[in-house]
Amino acid sequence: MPDGYFGSYLTLAIYSLAMIGLVGGTLGLNRLVSPKVPGKEKMTTYESGVDPIGSGQSQTTIRYYMFALLFVIFDVEAVFLFPWAVVFEEIGVFAFVEMMIFVAILALGLLYAWRKKVLDWI
Amino acid sequence: MIAEILGNGYVQLGMKLGVLMILLPATLALGWVELKIGAHMQARMGPMYPGGFHGWAQTLADGIKFVLKENIIPKNADKSVFSMVPYVTMLGAALIYVVIPAGENLVIENLEVGVFYVLAASSIGVIGVLMAGWASANKYSMMGALRAAAQLIAYELPLVLAAAAVAMMAGSLSLVDIVEGQKQIVLAGFYIPFLPFQIIGFVIFLIAATAEMTRPPFDMPVAEAELITGAFTEYTGIRFAFSLFAAEYITMIGLSAFGATMFLGGYAPLHTALEFIPGIVWLLAKTGTILFLLIWIRWTFPRLREDQLQKFAWKVLIPLSLVNIFITGALKLTPWI
Amino acid sequence: MQGLIFLVVAATSGFAAVRLVTNKNLVHAALYLVVTLMGMAIIFLLLTAEFVAWVQVLIYVGAVIVLLLFGLMLTRAQIGKTALDRQQRWVAGPVALVLFGVTAPVLWRFFDGRTISLDRQSGNTEALGTEIFTKFVLPFEVVSVLLLAALVGAVFLAKKD
Repeated sequence: MPDGYFGSYLTLAIYSLAMIGLVGGTLGLNRLVSPKVPGKEKMTTYESGVDPIGSGQSQTTIRYYMFALLFVIFDVEAVFLFPWAVVFEEIGVFAFVEMMIFVAILALGLLYAWRKKVLDWI
Repeated sequence: MIAEILGNGYVQLGMKLGVLMILLPATLALGWVELKIGAHMQARMGPMYPGGFHGWAQTLADGIKFVLKENIIPKNADKSVFSMVPYVTMLGAALIYVVIPAGENLVIENLEVGVFYVLAASSIGVIGVLMAGWASANKYSMMGALRAAAQLIAYELPLVLAAAAVAMMAGSLSLVDIVEGQKQIVLAGFYIPFLPFQIIGFVIFLIAATAEMTRPPFDMPVAEAELITGAFTEYTGIRFAFSLFAAEYITMIGLSAFGATMFLGGYAPLHTALEFIPGIVWLLAKTGTILFLLIWIRWTFPRLREDQLQKFAWKVLIPLSLVNIFITGALKLTPWI
Repeated sequence: MQGLIFLVVAATSGFAAVRLVTNKNLVHAALYLVVTLMGMAIIFLLLTAEFVAWVQVLIYVGAVIVLLLFGLMLTRAQIGKTALDRQQRWVAGPVALVLFGVTAPVLWRFFDGRTISLDRQSGNTEALGTEIFTKFVLPFEVVSVLLLAALVGAVFLAKKD
């Protein structure tokens, strides 16, 4: 078992595989013990008892896309906070001011989106 | 080959993987506790019969029933994507546990990027929900999945920002370092955790974590009455149990343990005189406290509306967590602290 | 050992990448992209760039793919079983080849013979932070302006109607 960095990630990999094995094993057990009585009605899409109309994989509204876009942008911002959180005490006020400018510029963007009523759900 | 990789560390590895084995029983136990607490909060009895004593085996019976149920995949569904979902959601939920420390050396792996790793791993679940919604080819599922994904991403940000503030307090991303950082301030023998300095962060964390698990009052994506459990309408039996219940409860325990470590001092004892109690007991006690808070929230508040949800995340929580980061930075740079 | 893992991961990501462009089902293609991106994250991990690897997971798998899937679900075209093929392979092919022809030699010339030490006991987030916040201050601030521009552009486009 290698130690240190690669050892950690090897454990992580084995752990993930074990998790997948656990889910797969339970699903396999289910396959063995469960009844299988497929029927025409049983295999249809559930639409509250009414026959399904049209495709279930339909279009959605643009507002979800807007929120996803905002999220990507702010997520990128948030990522920078972590290496900063580790070192900002050593570098001191300079790093603090640096990050506050960074956050302020993006907060400006949030304010713009707010004023343009993108954040409202309509 | 395998012996070469594992060497003589296989006992250790086995013990580390043992954590995985307690996840499912813990899930069942938490399910029962939630049923009982919810019932008593509403002056009901809750489960009383299965197993005898206060229906302790209720969720175990549920679990067995799930395994015995027929597994249905609708004709119109995309079969491969449909059956991949339980793996994705369970993996996203279970990965959190790897870095939660139960003692200074009692941790599966003390990754240097611990905090960030937890956030990254828990973001995988979004894909699972979207996959479920799309593969089911069902309108309810689709709507539920879109709502869920929009909610998960909107509340992921406050969670990330609150965690960043804690990382600032400790000056490290390793969860062991974060707990050790909470042992620094001792007042009359009491260890002072980050909670008093991060009270805004803790409230944001609780709200965002509730929303991340799509638990009430943030359960619009799984609203039974309107969307028939949203993305998982078409899921049956054991696939349903894994994708929805197990993933939710495993995430719930994982995020609570994460919150306990970040804000309540994790395995650190409350008082220096109580050092003899092992760290894992403290961790479990603190995790239990947060779990109880989450259950309490669930049975107290009514569901929000979909439009209130996004507004609340973007107009209240995110600005507030940015302010919290500013306050934390100013606090850390003030020389007398 | 690391070399072996790299080969397996690189082969898997490469296969997923090929499936990504040849697949007629757009959502399947997006899911193959997830595999490719996760493969990239593992390669970053193998290069001991721990933080970058998890950034890859958080940003690409957790955010960009979600954006992409939302985008797919917005489109008027039928997604799923019907093909959305504009028959532009003959343009796309040469473009991709030229891009490959330009970037591959550049990367090769730059990185050829360079080695990094894999023998580490811990990650390097601290070194990364110090680099960004002392040496690359201006680029870092420019990133915020870039993000702001993207945000304003998105809001403007969405509000055009």
